[in-house]
Amino acid sequence: MIAETGLAALWLAAGLAAYQFLLMVLALRSDIVVTRPMRAVAVVQGVLTLVAFAMLLLVFARSDMSVALVFENSNSAKPFIYKVAGAWGNHEGSMLMWVTILAIAGAFVALFSRRTGERTLVAALGSQAVLALGFYAFLLIASNPFARLWPPPPDGQGLNPLLQDPGLAFHPPTLYLGYVGLSVAFSFAVGALLTGEVDARLARAMRPWVLGAWILLTLGITAGSYWAYYELGWGGYWFWDPVENASLMPWLAATALLHSINVLAARGALKAWTMMLAVIAFSMSMVGTFLVRSGILTSVHAFAIDPERGTFLLALLAVYVGAAFILFALRGATLKEGAPFELVSRESGLVVNNLLLTVILGIVFVGTLYPLFVEALIGEKLSVGAPYFNAVAGPLALLLAMLVGIGPLLTWRSNRRPVLGRLKVPALLGAAALVFTVILAPRMGLLPRLGFIVAAFLVAASILPLVSRNPLRAPLATWGMVLAHFGIAVALTGMAANAAFSSERLAIARPGETLGVGPWQVELIGVTPTAGKNWTANEAELRASRGSGAVTLAPESRYYSDPPTETNESAIRTFWDGQLYTVVGKGDPSGAWQLRLWWKPFVTLIWAGGALVAFGGALALLGRLLSFLRRRRSEPDWRRRYA
Amino acid sequence: MKPKNQRLALVSSAIVAVLVAVLLAMWGLRERASYFYTPTEILAGKAEVNRSARLGGLVQRGSVVRDKDGLTTAFLVTDGKNSVLVSYRGILPDLFREGSGVVAEGRLAPAEHLNQIFVADQILAKHDERYMPPELGNLAAEHKAGKTLEK
Repeated sequence: MIAETGLAALWLAAGLAAYQFLLMVLALRSDIVVTRPMRAVAVVQGVLTLVAFAMLLLVFARSDMSVALVFENSNSAKPFIYKVAGAWGNHEGSMLMWVTILAIAGAFVALFSRRTGERTLVAALGSQAVLALGFYAFLLIASNPFARLWPPPPDGQGLNPLLQDPGLAFHPPTLYLGYVGLSVAFSFAVGALLTGEVDARLARAMRPWVLGAWILLTLGITAGSYWAYYELGWGGYWFWDPVENASLMPWLAATALLHSINVLAARGALKAWTMMLAVIAFSMSMVGTFLVRSGILTSVHAFAIDPERGTFLLALLAVYVGAAFILFALRGATLKEGAPFELVSRESGLVVNNLLLTVILGIVFVGTLYPLFVEALIGEKLSVGAPYFNAVAGPLALLLAMLVGIGPLLTWRSNRRPVLGRLKVPALLGAAALVFTVILAPRMGLLPRLGFIVAAFLVAASILPLVSRNPLRAPLATWGMVLAHFGIAVALTGMAANAAFSSERLAIARPGETLGVGPWQVELIGVTPTAGKNWTANEAELRASRGSGAVTLAPESRYYSDPPTETNESAIRTFWDGQLYTVVGKGDPSGAWQLRLWWKPFVTLIWAGGALVAFGGALALLGRLLSFLRRRRSEPDWRRRYA
Repeated sequence: MKPKNQRLALVSSAIVAVLVAVLLAMWGLRERASYFYTPTEILAGKAEVNRSARLGGLVQRGSVVRDKDGLTTAFLVTDGKNSVLVSYRGILPDLFREGSGVVAEGRLAPAEHLNQIFVADQILAKHDERYMPPELGNLAAEHKAGKTLEK
């Protein structure tokens, strides 16, 4: 009954989404006011999807093997938390989660959004309903998560130990929340283009959604990077894998949107520009979902063999993005031009930020999709990896990071403040970094060296917006911006240090032998067999020391029996100045073991920087929400205005 | 700037940005994309020596040998018709098994005594036990049916 309840809720929600769309058409074609029913329908639709998703969680939690999805992806022997997480660790479940978040986001817009004009709100909710409708159709026609099996099999097939990992369980939901937050920005943009009400009010209504989505994408990317770092045992933090790029592309677009939306909110300029970015940002979310969910990354052929899912997603992508572009082409030119600004001004700085982000996004986009196109068109297989992305996008990213230090110092409309004078200290720090890196490491690569210089410049330049004023009086949003920009400098330092100063040692060792890596002496004490719930392992005991004191590390290589799998569990020790990263491989009959050791100075700054960026975003969001609540209290008639 | 000129400047700068992105990407891809080969294609001389490339196939059963240094592993990668010797120095990834699919990332070493060796920098591990290099569609089917690949 549980599964059937879920399915019924899903059908009802789909029906309501269709009704919501009809209401929008009605409202836009006549002057009938439908705001109230529209709000109600959107809320009920959100609740219904939540019910459907809760039912899915329930069948997974109860290991109900008569549901095909549970049988394929779960097993009664799994730890409870992974049983539940298994609900979205598969195709159907993750699509249900997608549409659930989408519908709930719509419900929140319906409940709380009072800033835009009523017609725009109705149009935005209608657009959100159309987005949801596509995914309902996808679920109900092509990938029903609640399909039953008869007779129910005794137990499930899903025991892959590699998937039993907290990183994998909570990473996708974070990214999905980010993707779907951008859907709201998209819907607002579509709604505003339909009604022509592209103004500062719209930007203020969109901003919390963009900011929230951007924070979650930042966190998702940072966490995903750390997960790949410790789990894969390769010592790298970013592999330019298409799945990683699928999350990076929406982030780049959302970052651009986040900055241009401030221009629209503060100055009423960059109207068409911002609407375009909102469309692109959600398009990138759809592209990301398509890349990850269609199976196209394994192979263009796999996509052709099992075309239902991929084609459906691709069609949805084409319809939504195509419709939005057509709407933009029809309406974009009719938008009234925004407030003018001079060539040197805050607005221009943000335009340059947007242009650079767009170019980087284009480079990542082409590099990610190029292999798919070549294979589909010519049949040749190739891959594009770090050499391309680092060399082509890297210098642009550094240029952008440099400008991050300068842009916030400019004033709106036309610059009235001497900027170069204020940049003396940052410029000196940058020059000092150049001198130091040349003396300390004359043969360092060009990119890491530039990275150090830009990071040193940005560390000081990013806090300047707080220096000239009383920092305690600065708005939270300013604090957020400063922290986020400072976080970029921190992450950049970590990346440069990792690229320039990492040392690696690959060797075999017998118990009692000592290997040197960087400043460390690492002794292999011994290797002992151990066992866990469904695995056996060889656990190495390593004692590492530099100067005084010693720490022990215990990397493992594990063997799972069902399905037969081997995993290397790295052991990592964090110090204030870096991480010691150890992996144990196979032993040979003579008792020697393969060891791979890294000393990675200041590598943790990469993720600390990412977390700072996200935290800065959260501060800005908090600041906006607080000032919204304050204004709402001072306007007691806000309720009456729209009711 | 007058509003009209401003719009023109914005539109043209956006178009230039997109063009620059595409041109940069095309320039970068010409040099830096690495091609995927099967053992048969390598033996047919399709791969350039010392250019980064990928080699995909199945690890031939009984071919995995560990070198005396304890770190270098040599094995044959086969597509059922031909096989190429791969050498890799490092710790093999989680899902490396004889008879399973593998993708080696590296470069073809200059031929010595007519033996072509593919030197791998990285052996790719896919987080899926059912993974099979898609280019080996037929072989994958045989593998799943439990047939062994002995030449």
